[in-house]
Amino acid sequence: MPSTTTPLLQVENLKVHFPITAGLLQRRVGEVKAVDDVSFTIERGTTVGLVGESGSGKTTIGRALIRLVNPTGGTIRYNGKDITFLRESQFRPYRKKIQIIFQDPYNSLNPRLTIFKIISEALEIHFPAMGLEQRRARVAELLGKVGLKPEHMDRYPHEFSGGQRQRIGIARALAVEPEFIVCDEPVSALDVSVQAQIVNLLQDLQEELGLTYLFIAHDLAVVEHISDFVLVMNQGKIVEAATADAIYQNPQDPYTKRLLDAVPKI
Amino acid sequence: MKTYILRRLLLMIPMLLGVSLLVFVLVYISPGNYLDVLKAQRDIPAEFIAKKERELGLDRPWYMQYVSWLGRTVRGDFGESWSYRIPVIELLAQRAPATLALSLTSLVFAWAIAVPLGVFAAVYRNSIFDKLSALSAYAALSIPEFFLALLAVIFASQWGGFPTGGLSAIDHDYLSPVGQLWDYVHHLILPTIVLGIGGAAGLMRVMRTNMLDVIQSDYVMTARAKGVPGNVIMFRHVLRNAINPLVTSLGFAFSGLLSGAVLVENVMNYPGLGQLIFQAFMRKDRDVVMAAVIIGSSMLIIGNLIADILLAWVDPRIRYDK
Ligand SMILES: Nc1ncnc2c1ncn2[C@@H]1O[C@H](COP(=O)(O)OP(=O)(O)O)[C@@H](O)[C@H]1O
Ligand SMILES: [Mg+2]
Repeated sequence: MPSTTTPLLQVENLKVHFPITAGLLQRRVGEVKAVDDVSFTIERGTTVGLVGESGSGKTTIGRALIRLVNPTGGTIRYNGKDITFLRESQFRPYRKKIQIIFQDPYNSLNPRLTIFKIISEALEIHFPAMGLEQRRARVAELLGKVGLKPEHMDRYPHEFSGGQRQRIGIARALAVEPEFIVCDEPVSALDVSVQAQIVNLLQDLQEELGLTYLFIAHDLAVVEHISDFVLVMNQGKIVEAATADAIYQNPQDPYTKRLLDAVPKI
Repeated sequence: MKTYILRRLLLMIPMLLGVSLLVFVLVYISPGNYLDVLKAQRDIPAEFIAKKERELGLDRPWYMQYVSWLGRTVRGDFGESWSYRIPVIELLAQRAPATLALSLTSLVFAWAIAVPLGVFAAVYRNSIFDKLSALSAYAALSIPEFFLALLAVIFASQWGGFPTGGLSAIDHDYLSPVGQLWDYVHHLILPTIVLGIGGAAGLMRVMRTNMLDVIQSDYVMTARAKGVPGNVIMFRHVLRNAINPLVTSLGFAFSGLLSGAVLVENVMNYPGLGQLIFQAFMRKDRDVVMAAVIIGSSMLIIGNLIADILLAWVDPRIRYDK
């Protein structure tokens, strides 16, 4: 049993490199160091913000944590256990604990499946004992939690707006009762008017369910009021790590200062 | 949906009018007419030919001929074949089933090869299998159909095992029902391969590209994040989405098959609609050409419509009525 003082997530010297191939034979001619020697920890029940320009490697970190890309090196410890190089079958139990909300609510839901099937698919895998009736009841409950109606479950993704689809994405992530959720720019594809609603929903759910978040954004404004701690990333490296207040009051890194200048002041 | 189908069917009318007018003019302006063979024979008197010309209506201006042809056709009378001396409709009824059978078997053959090979090539991307299948696909696409047809005829005549043409064997009528069926199938095999192989190669490449597109899509990431096993992802999430563009191409496949059939049927001596159209055109047996074109175009338009309906059926995003 890991002690309560063990951080939920410890990342040490994480590296994710993608090969660059060229030519007809797809020869390897180099690599993109998308994540290059990154370390941080996330405490249980907190939100850590991860900020950086587009292409700085934020998504790659998030995907490495839930094993949608394979790490090249380093260690990822979840609840004290090393999960860095587990095989897919060994990693499956962690798919119940660690979830992700994708940036693009339009393309992250399979257009050919109903909302019920999209959410229920996760239930079938992680709660195989559940019958159809139980699954329908659970999906209805989840839809209620994210502010949608039970009758929405038999519709298809294209029948919903962007904000509604992101709510469906959240319900889907919550279905397996996860502890930790990577929120990969969950509002940056949405209208400004619905961004706040989704952020508030995520905060309410965190309070209600005791969730831990890695909240990714490309500007500091979104992250600052929901994060306990902020990581600033540039070209695959973390250039600054501090509390949101400290970063605002006294930014150390020139890159962070540039990001701050981009935030509209009131 | 019903109003949509009705609208599409109504649209057929102007399309068929246009096509029939075009083909009618083509037959008219291409040199010679049906009576040329008679004219070439010295012992046939000119008065007889003139009388014949009047009988067939060939002495009138082409637009008058077209109007009277149209008038008959809309009443359901396709006329009579000048060379076979039987109603055109009977002639077509004899030949159309063979071409329909050939088109369908080619289509099934192409899909049955293309879909699994495309899927494997995508799943094992950059493997030896992928590279070999790409190479064979390009080879198949660059060999002209008529050459392939000639090869098949040579193959059949040199090595035996397959008939060199025809729809059935001489002793067909004396075979058992099962034997008769096998006889038809046996005669279909080579034409099916020749007609289907180009389509199979093209479809395979399309299938591979679609699969790769979908594999990289966000919703496949979502499925992986849920912990869905790899093979279920491939079938439930990837394959079902990757097949949409192929369903759309079904309508076009029909047109390709019909024009391909004209060529393959002639080279391989397979007595279908394609062979009939070609021979009728060469002999200027006008009403046969016209009727065959009308039937062929209708098959094409209806094939496209069926493809669109299928697409709406497999893809929930597509609905035709508001
Ligand atoms: N699957 C991949 N293959 C190759 N390069 C990739 C892949 N995914 C991301 N990259 C590259 O890694 C870098 C970081 O990308 P990403 O993590 O998406 O950044 P961000 O989310 O901060 O915009 C970019 O240069 C991107 O092109
Ligand atoms: Mg990103």
